[in-house]
Amino acid sequence: MPCRYLITAALSVAAPTVALAASPDNPPAQTQPDAPERLRAIEERIQRLETAPATAAANSFNPAISLILSGRYANLSQDPATYRLTGFPVPSGADIGPGARGFGLAESELGVYANVDPYFYGGLSYALHPDDTASVEEAFVQTIALSGGLTVKAGRSFSGIGYLNAQHAHLWDFVDAPLAYQAFLGTQFGDDGVQVRWLAPTDIFLEFGAELGRGRAFPGSDRDRNGSGAGTVFVHAGGDAGPSHSWRAGLSVLGTAPRNRAFADTDLAGNTVTNAFSGDSRLWVADFVWKYAPNGNAADTNFILQAEYLRRHEHGDLIYDTVGAATAAPYDARQSGWYLQGVYQFRRHWRAGLRTEQLDRGAVDYGSNNANLARPDFSPSKNSVMLDYSPSEFSRIRLQFARDHARADVADNQAFVQYQMSLGAHGAHQF
Amino acid sequence: MKNILPILMATVTVAFAPHAAALEVFACEPEWGALAQELGGDRVSIYVATGALQDPHRIQARPSLLARARRADLVVCTGAELEIGWLPIVLRQSGNDAIQPGRPGYFEAADFVPKLEVPMRLDRAEGDVHAAGNPHIQTDPRNIARVATALAGRLAQIDPAGARHYQTRHRDFAGRWDAALRRWEQRAAPLRDAPIVVQHKGFPYLEHWLGLRERASLEPKPGVEPTSAHLAAVLEQLKREPAKMILRAAYNDGRASEWLAERAGIPAVVLPFTVGGSDQARDLFGLFDDTVQRLLDALRCTGAHACRQQPGAGSDR
Repeated sequence: MPCRYLITAALSVAAPTVALAASPDNPPAQTQPDAPERLRAIEERIQRLETAPATAAANSFNPAISLILSGRYANLSQDPATYRLTGFPVPSGADIGPGARGFGLAESELGVYANVDPYFYGGLSYALHPDDTASVEEAFVQTIALSGGLTVKAGRSFSGIGYLNAQHAHLWDFVDAPLAYQAFLGTQFGDDGVQVRWLAPTDIFLEFGAELGRGRAFPGSDRDRNGSGAGTVFVHAGGDAGPSHSWRAGLSVLGTAPRNRAFADTDLAGNTVTNAFSGDSRLWVADFVWKYAPNGNAADTNFILQAEYLRRHEHGDLIYDTVGAATAAPYDARQSGWYLQGVYQFRRHWRAGLRTEQLDRGAVDYGSNNANLARPDFSPSKNSVMLDYSPSEFSRIRLQFARDHARADVADNQAFVQYQMSLGAHGAHQF
Repeated sequence: MKNILPILMATVTVAFAPHAAALEVFACEPEWGALAQELGGDRVSIYVATGALQDPHRIQARPSLLARARRADLVVCTGAELEIGWLPIVLRQSGNDAIQPGRPGYFEAADFVPKLEVPMRLDRAEGDVHAAGNPHIQTDPRNIARVATALAGRLAQIDPAGARHYQTRHRDFAGRWDAALRRWEQRAAPLRDAPIVVQHKGFPYLEHWLGLRERASLEPKPGVEPTSAHLAAVLEQLKREPAKMILRAAYNDGRASEWLAERAGIPAVVLPFTVGGSDQARDLFGLFDDTVQRLLDALRCTGAHACRQQPGAGSDR
């Protein structure tokens, strides 16, 4: 006991402000407190003082550092080296397909984000790939001190087009990106440039945005010149319908002007050739997501319905077999794809999801190169089902099965087990 | 014509002025919306971002929240990391510099009250712990009074033209609140030292106010769902040291506490937790009227199974 009194004395000297702040908090006394009562009050106060924060708590994660750890096991019935989206050739750099068979790391991500000063917020997300390479996924600064609904962002970041595009891979509801995202965006479109967003002063959420960028990534191609190589315009609308329902819909367009965008394809003779496209590429994306949670409480059960439709028009010149015949001819292609998915959290921690998707080969015209290049009468499709378990909001373990008809000749049965964990700062998530 | 124009303009001004001039307040939780309403009256227009039936730890940055934050003059939130999963992104994307942290338009209630359960150790293995202390400060009416003083000052700072208005309303509110506080404390006197079990560690401030003794929590760790093993352990513990009741908030799933209530033979009490959490908790006064009433009802019923069936005593199912 004497020890306790010493502590009280020491603390009341060392932390007079804390003691003062705590003093009005005495439990209400109905009568004059007797000795044990007073003793208990003192003990309570000691306990509170002992647990007073030593440092300003708001600084404990400044800057916010987060690490995403992810790994997986994949069982694929087809060799992933032969993976292709028949009728939708993409450049070799574009990231498509289910990845390697067997055990492997999935993308791990280190993120550091913080307010720069009262005017800017910025951050970096460094992605560590399973093959021991690393890349800067995001490195941007954005304004937080503009008024009138304006936000300007500069640097490298995921484009605001569509719904899924701006989300980091660890937020996806399935192991992989939809086929349409793989075919038209090389899984995800990120660029170096500037973005301007304006939020309308309306009760309904209405956001307009535009981006100008380098256009270095597929569907664009990197090039050495002034000006910009890619531009986007997007509009998002959203709102609530009662306490249980909320939604968001959007329409976006991405315009790029690739030059000599090279990709491998198989010609009519069955040879693997490299072609190159130069011209204009325009991609339209319509997206919709609807979320349901009883009384808005998503903790126990909730349902998310999500769909996107992507439509691409490319026209310009295509060089067939750049290292051989190298015959150039006009090229015009209108192709599209969509996916529809539903994810249902049927009890706390457990979610089940279904995704169905298809690409439409559309109309492809190689001009005089129609004599050399195949235009397969095939539309890739895929169905996936997943079940995931999240012991906490920081960890998730997922099981996914998919039947992937991306190749014209054969179906790929895919099974994945994946874990995703995040440690460090608690990042706030977009809708 | 010359006469009509001023009349027309006056009409338009009268029709639109109160709306146009109203201070737009974005309240993260219902209790702060209710408090801002008490203090602001018709000078403020309140939007409440979350409801009493929503788990305040698990809110999404819905598009509607962004739209409302963009027009807000003042954001009133609990702070202490309660809104960490959604508010930062809403603020950042709102394109509204007035409500950014550090500006007068950003108000965290937890800044103005002494916090309990400040963790000694920050480790996610301890569950959903908040570095700044337990954020559920609104269950102690003395905290409401503290926040009211700070919020009235902040309203006057943002809307200086209404300074006297806010001062007057605050004085009126504080007077009524003090009277109500004495009434609640008198009524709640029998609850002093009553041993209780809580579902989530959401009530330390209430316990501290009324002198309730928390014996156990159904969540093995904050934010971690009750497991059957843990529930069995709590049941064993209750056999050794009996408690009077099991508390949970309106948004909590009731299965665990009902299971335990039945086996331990004590009532499970659903507390409104915030404004709107029960039919009676229509405003801040109703919130504590109802909270105290439900606790007293449960205390009377302890040990008597039949009592649990009566309305207002324990489960409202």
